[in-house]
Amino acid sequence: MRFTLSEDQEAIRRTAGDFAAAEFLPYAAQWDEQGIFPVDALRKAADLGFAGIYVREEQGGSGLGRLDAALIFEELAAACPSTAAYLSIQNMVAWMVDRFGNDEQRGRFLKRLTSMESFASYCLTEPGSGSDAASLKTKAVRDGDHYVLNGTKAFISGGGASDLYAVMVRTGGEGPKGISCVLVEKGSPGLSFGKRERKLGWNSQPTAMVIFEDCRVPVANRLGEEGEGFKFAMSGLDGGRLNIGACSLGGARACLEAARNHLMHRRQFGQALAEFQALQFRFADMATELEAARLMVHRGAASLDAGAAEASMHCAMAKRFATDAGFRICNEALQLHGGYGYLKDFPVERYLRDLRVHQILEGTNEIMRLIIARRLLRP
Amino acid sequence: MKVLVAVKRVIDYNVKIRVKADRTGVETANVKMSMNPFDEIGVEEALRLREAGKATEVIAVSLGAQQCQETIRTALAMGADRGILVQTDVELQPLAVAKLLKAVIDKEQPGLVILGKQAIDDDSNQTGQMLAALLGWSQGTFASKLAITDDGLEVTREVDGGLETVKLKTPAVITTDLRLNEPRYASLPNIMKAKKKPIDVIAPDALGVDPAPRLKVLKVEEPAKRQGGKKVASVQELVDKLQNEARVI
Repeated sequence: MRFTLSEDQEAIRRTAGDFAAAEFLPYAAQWDEQGIFPVDALRKAADLGFAGIYVREEQGGSGLGRLDAALIFEELAAACPSTAAYLSIQNMVAWMVDRFGNDEQRGRFLKRLTSMESFASYCLTEPGSGSDAASLKTKAVRDGDHYVLNGTKAFISGGGASDLYAVMVRTGGEGPKGISCVLVEKGSPGLSFGKRERKLGWNSQPTAMVIFEDCRVPVANRLGEEGEGFKFAMSGLDGGRLNIGACSLGGARACLEAARNHLMHRRQFGQALAEFQALQFRFADMATELEAARLMVHRGAASLDAGAAEASMHCAMAKRFATDAGFRICNEALQLHGGYGYLKDFPVERYLRDLRVHQILEGTNEIMRLIIARRLLRP
Repeated sequence: MKVLVAVKRVIDYNVKIRVKADRTGVETANVKMSMNPFDEIGVEEALRLREAGKATEVIAVSLGAQQCQETIRTALAMGADRGILVQTDVELQPLAVAKLLKAVIDKEQPGLVILGKQAIDDDSNQTGQMLAALLGWSQGTFASKLAITDDGLEVTREVDGGLETVKLKTPAVITTDLRLNEPRYASLPNIMKAKKKPIDVIAPDALGVDPAPRLKVLKVEEPAKRQGGKKVASVQELVDKLQNEARVI
């Protein structure tokens, strides 16, 4: 077992960190406050290969692994978790097209996705099906060489702004085997969007319902075969969960650094806060939790890269642990800042709001426990 | 035309510098190191020349310890074609660097050599000028604009009074100023390609240069701590203090 990054990984991490510090960090507070979707900054990230991290090189991707991705997302999220997380979704959809699409679909979509000429959304959740994702109701009925879609997707990141929607729809009977995955272009007749949701965090990316009313989509836009959609959606999520875990690492790291800075400089009762042992212990625990979370995310990534049988479980464990730890670290950092932590002039509260949702999305942390228990308690 | 760019490994500009307890230098152990920012600008300029069809090959040269390979890799990841490391653990001062570079240049015969105007660690601002003198080439220092013309180069220089434009014959030595360009980030595919690009490692002996330092550092100290400000009651008092206490007017 080796715990050091390769020279390449070090270079990748450094590039992502330098990029995020220059292109995300100075603007992140403004993006958050004004709800700005930073299209140009995201396209700059795509120029460096961050939108197709694990898309194969011959398809216009960067041809890297999940561990490389985890390093990148931690760095980007240390500047802006919300924008980094959107990029994770773009990567997830691009990977699904590369992995499960046919040559014609790769040719038609991948270049647009890896360059972020087109923005992508992943549409699984519905108003009536969240954790019980396989009960989704959006229907796709075959009509010649088209599907006719009817239904609503909820909580869609990029909804209304994205150009391409990877939509899980029901083409067959009940349960996961009746689900297929189709790519729906913005501008398709019958496709519309709900209002932009107002959220606690993740404000640099719009969230909206995606609504299909007799929306016609070419059968040629279906990834794989009918009935394979749920499987694709879940394997996309394995990587998505690692990325979200890595985004929590980044946000938590930024808060840990902010807390360190505050402890070193803030003086009360005649000494720096860093000299109070009670606070030292809390700070040490935060740093330890972050390190543990990072190890789990990297382990999950290595597992997924190796195609290990336990990969889904490792990803679920890493996502559960890293997102819980990440939020706790932000919350502790806020507490250590006292009143200043509550002010928007200090960055901690933004990270706290952004990281809160990581415990909910890409499968709630309760569902992560379900995945782990199901794997371990199989008869 | 080949373009040779010198790249120096320095403490990253974001790092808070600590002076060693024995005052012989600054702490470099476990400190983030990066390419000198002015050299990054040099690499970028060379790449732009190549992309514009004005240069055929970009060679990144670094001098120093084995870890300087990382700095060369950074240049290769940005897009440079190959690297040369003159490897030595001897402390290198500007004259030694200039002599070593001259020896590399005699072998490589580039049409243009680009260096940062200075390195952010020792701020010497000497190597480019010394190198031009040793080579007997024209020099365009503190360049904020570089244009290749039919009969040489046009270099806009940042001088005290504003901007000065000079015409140079090639081959020439250019040193970069901050506003010459904004360097690119290395893309992920280029980072992966960089490791397949060759880096030649040469010893100073092989170049026939003795790199031993000629200058002796007596001591390195931190700048004096900033004094707290003072409030004045009137403009009169302010003027008086500026004249008699600070002696700045």
